[in-house]
Amino acid sequence: MADPSAPSVIEIGPFHPLLEEPVGFSLTVEGERVVAIEARMDYIHKGLERLAQERTYDMVPILLERICGICSVTHSVCFCHAVEDLLGVAIPPRAAYVRTILGEIERLHSHLLWVGLAGHFIGYNTVFMWAWKYREPVCDLFEMLTGHRQNSAMPLVGGVRRDLPVEHFPAARRILDELEGQVERLTAAVLDDPVLAARLGGVGVLTAAQALDYGVVGPTARASGLDTDVRRDEPYGAYGEVEWKVVTRPGGDVLSKAVVRLLEIPESIRILRQCMDRMPPGPIDLGLLHVPPGEGIGRYEAPRGEDVHYVRSDGTNMPARLKVRAPSFVNIPSFRASCLGAPLADVMITLAACDPCYSCTERAVALLAPGGGPAAGVPGLLEASRRRTLEVARELGRRPAPGPGPDRWEG
Amino acid sequence: MDGFGEWIWFLLVFPGAAFAAGLGLVLSWADRKVSAMVQWRRGPPPSQPFLDVAKLLGKEVVVPATSWPAGFLAFPFAAFAAASLAAALSWHAALGLPGRAPGDLVVVLYLLAVPPLAAILGGAASGNPLGAVGASRHMVLVLGYELPLAAALLVGAFQVRTVGGGEAAAGTLSLEGIARFQALAGDAVGRPSGILALLVALLCCQAKLGLVPFDQAEADTEIAEGAFIEYSGPPLAIFRLTQAVLLAAMPALLVAVLWNGSAGTPGGRAALAGKVLLVVVLLVLVKNTNPRVRIDQALRFFWGPVTAAAALALLLARMGW
Repeated sequence: MADPSAPSVIEIGPFHPLLEEPVGFSLTVEGERVVAIEARMDYIHKGLERLAQERTYDMVPILLERICGICSVTHSVCFCHAVEDLLGVAIPPRAAYVRTILGEIERLHSHLLWVGLAGHFIGYNTVFMWAWKYREPVCDLFEMLTGHRQNSAMPLVGGVRRDLPVEHFPAARRILDELEGQVERLTAAVLDDPVLAARLGGVGVLTAAQALDYGVVGPTARASGLDTDVRRDEPYGAYGEVEWKVVTRPGGDVLSKAVVRLLEIPESIRILRQCMDRMPPGPIDLGLLHVPPGEGIGRYEAPRGEDVHYVRSDGTNMPARLKVRAPSFVNIPSFRASCLGAPLADVMITLAACDPCYSCTERAVALLAPGGGPAAGVPGLLEASRRRTLEVARELGRRPAPGPGPDRWEG
Repeated sequence: MDGFGEWIWFLLVFPGAAFAAGLGLVLSWADRKVSAMVQWRRGPPPSQPFLDVAKLLGKEVVVPATSWPAGFLAFPFAAFAAASLAAALSWHAALGLPGRAPGDLVVVLYLLAVPPLAAILGGAASGNPLGAVGASRHMVLVLGYELPLAAALLVGAFQVRTVGGGEAAAGTLSLEGIARFQALAGDAVGRPSGILALLVALLCCQAKLGLVPFDQAEADTEIAEGAFIEYSGPPLAIFRLTQAVLLAAMPALLVAVLWNGSAGTPGGRAALAGKVLLVVVLLVLVKNTNPRVRIDQALRFFWGPVTAAAALALLLARMGW
């Protein structure tokens, strides 16, 4: 029997009931206390930045909806912001309202999804099922307005591709009215539950100073008391014209992160109602036809925090370079501050508390030869992969299955 | 019980292994159905728990290379055997069946300690670090709930000595004696000490059955089933059956010791079904309205308020209340 007090490594992933996506966390534990944490993220790289360089400006937003399973509006609109920054144009007001409505519906379903998952992670499956039941009509609402529950294909550089069907707004309002009451009850149940407070209060604390040091964003930062939100700090869309407030909590623990998200839901509903009431008439698209050489930066407040896209144009009809910095990219490293020294059970929920999205965060790394030579080509990468497989097989004490030798694919 | 055949029937068929496993699977369906109702789902059909076990039984036996194979494969059967015997004794008393069953309350408590012990040993024998964490969490939980559980159940036996009418009952620790006493002097839960003991026993039951908020030892989103992580196929089916048997045994034991005034009468048997179902539904409702607490919080909870309440119940029983 293993000595439970000796340090041992617990692998969370690449596939684990805690994760919806493949990622690898190696937790070094002494007994139940986590003393070291290491994250590996190279399982689901899709090469979307590279693919974007082979698509026209009209096609890229549709491609970027596929960066993340949830933040489809986020990434496509953020790209549009970057190109519009390059062009120095402002989109028509009606298009700004359409983008805001789509973005806030996305925030609603993202937050509800997280609340449910967080419940599941701490064994509270009733919260899981209830939150996801409440989320269903929100996805239906998205479908009602755009034709799809997830990917609208509506954002477009210079505006939006289609207008919203205003005849569905009354039904949309009914869905929001119902959701408001449900979320109110759920929030009250979470805030009043002493067992939940004992389980999540003071767990995985990220202090305001640590939050600044790690540069965390979104609800993760706001739950540590940092009053930051791109929607207010650098208003885009309709956010400058509607009334809403930034929700912050000083605690920095998992409970605060849950409360911030739950309280952001009514704010999103407020924004949505005002947008539907005040939707201005007019065109929805600037009809842009050419992007001159230059650089642009787009910022967008995703449900998980600030998303940043960088676009460089060389004057052709495709971006010369696209760089995506998803919010999870800066939120995930803060695990070093919030998880070390905590018991295993707390680390698990803390890992989930910043709502990490791994497919957003995955980035390729160019392999340079020793001495800084050119990046390895396909044969070099295959060789590196083969060597790694052999190493893993050796570590596991297994004989690797006979595979093609180097000559098979180098020749 | 005289003949060999009767013994075999008692141990293997009724109210032993076959009955307890079958009833346990039906109760586990009730668990899943009630959970589904709480969670706005439809839940599985009644046959689902049986199909799950049948499917596991039909799979290949996989023994991890890092494990101690003999122990790894033997512990599930030890757990099942002990749980079945405990279920047989509990149901024998709860139903008020004729004939004197072997063993008393202390024996049942011993037998009920075997399944967690088997899970601990099985988890440790698997050679998996998560199995080791699960095993250590099992140990902490057992340390937490065994004392208050024993104390709460002893309240039923204690009342036989201290409450008037107890002279009629022979052998204060025998389950039949406790039942006979309650038939004369009324249910143990009719007295303050009995009510308190039942509450304590219900909480311990929650932990013994590994239900939320005390499912730390299996917590799938933390340690991926813990001690059971390397189990698959038939050995896992035996562990699942053991859990089903415990789900049948624990409510029957609680009722037999604390709430058994009507044992043996025709109306009593109908009432017994209602009581067992009520206990199971209570356990399931607690499971569905709480998050999993941390293992240290669970230990503090059992050693603090729960043990204090159990001690108070014993004291009240000693005073004849």
